Amino acid sequence: MKFGIVTFPGSNCDYDAFHAVTEILGEEATYIWHKDHDLQGSDVIILPGGFSYGDYLRAGAIARFSPIMQEVVAHAKSGGPVLGICNGFQIACEAGLLPGALMRNSHLQFVSAEVRIRVENAETLFTNLYERGELLRIPVAHGDGRFVATPEVLDQLEGDGRVIFKYADADGNLSADANPNGSERNIAGIISESGNVLGLMPHPERACSALLGSSDGVRLLESILSRVAA
Amino acid sequence: MSEVTPRVGDPVITPALVAEHGLTKAEYERLVAMLGRTPTFTELGVVSALWSEHCSYKHSRPVLKTLPTTAPYVLQGPGENAGVISIGDGLAVAFKIESHNHPSAVEPYQGAATGVGGILRDVFTMGARPIAMLNSLRFGTLDDSRVRYLFSGVVKGIGDYGNCVGIPTVAGEIVFDPAYENNPLVNAMCVGLMHEEDLIRAKAEGVGNPIMAVGARTGRDGIHGASFASEDLSEASDAKRPRIQVGDPFTEKLLLEASLELIKSGHIVAIQDMGAAGLTSSSAEMAERGAVGVTIDVTKVPTRESGMTPYEILLSESQERMLVVAKKGHEDDVRAILNKWDLTAAVIGEVIAEPVYRVTEGSKVVAEFPGSRLVTDCPTYSPDARESSDIIELRSTDPNAIAPRAEEKDHVWTLERLLSSPTIASRAWAYRQYDSTVRTNTVVGPGGDAAVLRVRGTNKAIAVKTDCNGRYVYLEPRVGGRIAVAEAARNVACTGARPLAITNCLNFGNPTRPEVFYQFKEAVAGMGEACRALGTPVTGGNVSLYNESPAGAVYPTPVIGMIGLVDDISRITPATFQHDGDAILLLGEMGDELGGSEYLATIHGKVIGAPPRCDPAREKIVVDALLSAIEAGVVSSAHDCSDGGLAVALAECCIANRECESGAEIDLSGYSSLTDRGILFGETQGRIVLSSSAPERVLAIAKAAGVPCAQIGRVRRHSESLDITLPKSAVRNPLSVLRRAYHSTIPAIMSRTVEHANFDELSPVAAH
Repeated sequence: MKFGIVTFPGSNCDYDAFHAVTEILGEEATYIWHKDHDLQGSDVIILPGGFSYGDYLRAGAIARFSPIMQEVVAHAKSGGPVLGICNGFQIACEAGLLPGALMRNSHLQFVSAEVRIRVENAETLFTNLYERGELLRIPVAHGDGRFVATPEVLDQLEGDGRVIFKYADADGNLSADANPNGSERNIAGIISESGNVLGLMPHPERACSALLGSSDGVRLLESILSRVAA
Repeated sequence: MSEVTPRVGDPVITPALVAEHGLTKAEYERLVAMLGRTPTFTELGVVSALWSEHCSYKHSRPVLKTLPTTAPYVLQGPGENAGVISIGDGLAVAFKIESHNHPSAVEPYQGAATGVGGILRDVFTMGARPIAMLNSLRFGTLDDSRVRYLFSGVVKGIGDYGNCVGIPTVAGEIVFDPAYENNPLVNAMCVGLMHEEDLIRAKAEGVGNPIMAVGARTGRDGIHGASFASEDLSEASDAKRPRIQVGDPFTEKLLLEASLELIKSGHIVAIQDMGAAGLTSSSAEMAERGAVGVTIDVTKVPTRESGMTPYEILLSESQERMLVVAKKGHEDDVRAILNKWDLTAAVIGEVIAEPVYRVTEGSKVVAEFPGSRLVTDCPTYSPDARESSDIIELRSTDPNAIAPRAEEKDHVWTLERLLSSPTIASRAWAYRQYDSTVRTNTVVGPGGDAAVLRVRGTNKAIAVKTDCNGRYVYLEPRVGGRIAVAEAARNVACTGARPLAITNCLNFGNPTRPEVFYQFKEAVAGMGEACRALGTPVTGGNVSLYNESPAGAVYPTPVIGMIGLVDDISRITPATFQHDGDAILLLGEMGDELGGSEYLATIHGKVIGAPPRCDPAREKIVVDALLSAIEAGVVSSAHDCSDGGLAVALAECCIANRECESGAEIDLSGYSSLTDRGILFGETQGRIVLSSSAPERVLAIAKAAGVPCAQIGRVRRHSESLDITLPKSAVRNPLSVLRRAYHSTIPAIMSRTVEHANFDELSPVAAH
């Protein structure tokens, strides 16, 4: 399976995603330049983390106009898997692939830490190798990660099982202390209505090696593999 | 030589103008003699920048020459943008530390951010991809609201810049002391990794090769930043805010990628950051290294605004710019790479055979200097050095004569105070604002003894740390200089890494004052002794003098940035206790030296006594014994014993890692010749707290190495206290007390006033 990783000017987790796919999954990966119009036959698109266009104007707001986004949106509309991580989540929201928005963290500081997220739905393209309720240890590193949406949208997301990950404490409680950025309802990651676009603020590609602290992110990538391959 | 006449509209050269440019009368006369005529305004500006302390090292160079700089694995020593050492497997590490003290004192956010940007460029211009950032910071005490403003601004500046470029910030130190009240120190270090064959130097070569300006355009910001950094801070410093550069990390990220692509492409022969003194220093230094002439036409330099004079273009310190010597005929290839990254590249001059440094404005010559004399003619000074009698007196004061405070009857009280000293307490408040895990190589991040980064494609890892206890250097500069190196070596070794080499950032006061120059000479001598004994040469660094405010000089603070190599990643060792029942051992001598300690400063408000003794040869043996034990696989954890002494080191082993806390039982009752408080809080050097499930093997290794080592207790994973039995008393420290003191102090102080709205966001407009 081929993963296409989009490099926007200012992307800085493209390299990490590339290595997670090639070294950990042992799958093919390619970098896709944002000025191109060719997904190079990729089966899965990763919108990586970083500071596309320096986060100027608003995180993800300029990147959504990059030429390659036309193809990325078309790929998503036709059911192709898209994984938006951190800045990639912000870009996916700006591009209308996912509802809601990511705002400045409630404490107004950048937050870099290992957090825990609880798997809320283990039936998706991206989470089928996890158990529902399972806690994952995973790094976050962002200044604009506070997920917000209207109460109606939040209710609908929850009702449809489209909230995939929530920040939780070591006992699995959705406490305010466990929420690193003030996200509504501790939401860390959501999925599109058709289930093929996942956006999340934590970095699964940074949780792919026990040496670095956690390998809990590996099964997210493997889930895609098992489902798409099948 | 060309005819050079004053430019219409430029000021007339007067003694007052010369003085304003920071040149002494003798230096000005030297300049006139070199030129054989009165300099133009442009030439005066160029010389004032290049002969500033910051660029010329005129007071420090003779002393720095005494430092050891060689080892078989040193590929590039001092004199380049960064030092480079080989780590085997065809790989090399480039690294350097640099100060941005003066800008940060006036404008903390931009000062710190551009410090990070500058040091990143120094490393990637060597052909290395940056893999880690470190920061060594000094501030006044956090009781002061301006200090809190400086601290939070600097931290945000470091974070915003490094996070955006996508280089993890993994280690460093932060010290709070009244000595830094009006003159904070902001030293940034960058570490990069490269293939040896990609090493490129900033040496202009090849007559006829074009000189190109690449990256951001040149604006009017930061003019005379180098000269500003070469004078004491004063009430008037605030007015020099326009001399402070403005950073744009987004452009830096693009420039990083473009530069590495450029170096790989083979289209260029040399590349250098336009850092301090901008275009002037980068072009003059590249010409000097290559022993060639250069000519530059300022009208070809891409500028942000029209009407900039040659003087302004030459001295601008606009950020995110590089000077490149391309291969003739490859100009379009260079442009294509820069354009891909939405950056500009323009031919602004060429390498010439005539031995001259020439600047033109169109066809008119506005500055011209013979050969490389612009760089080489700068005078060096060896001012008087004499120790201050006040410091001699402080040092000879006996710390043991200070009576304990009544509260100290309860050692828990004292330990709690020390753990909540901002210099010892957890710095998580700061480093949670730094992305420490991007690029997925960080094995040990902030909070450990040293940070450790794996080297992909090998079984190796690199350990990095900065260190310096300025209080020790203040009380006895030679000993303090030794300790700075030795502590950095111990920290790196605690993770399982062999110390290899250092970079240094020497922060001192005004060198024309004999007592300051004495500190400088002695501290460098002490560093040299320790570097020789430990086998860690100096590969470069930076000197920052004139760190003085009206209140006086900062503590002499020679910060050491150490690089170590882990040969086997499976041997990477954590700092904190791991396993229930492990034996706790002290490697090194038990001691009770309280001179210059954090205990005296925090509990008694005194900076007195002789700092702890430091024998570099002993330090080397301790480091070797520690590494032997780690390589033998018998060490569960290793932590350096430093600020706050053994009690603080033990407490940190228990509670520093919130995911893995332990209690411990410690028995020190046998050391009856020592005082209880000296045992707990003395800062005797050359000591490591280890835990091990095979203590007899650690003891045997230590014995064979000739290092004292004693089993002093056991790890109790399920205990909620750190119990210590002393010769004359016993203390039961509840972990809940230690935890709160250590983890909550800085957040509690900073929550009082965090004035986020005061920091200017980096401006997108400045980008292109």
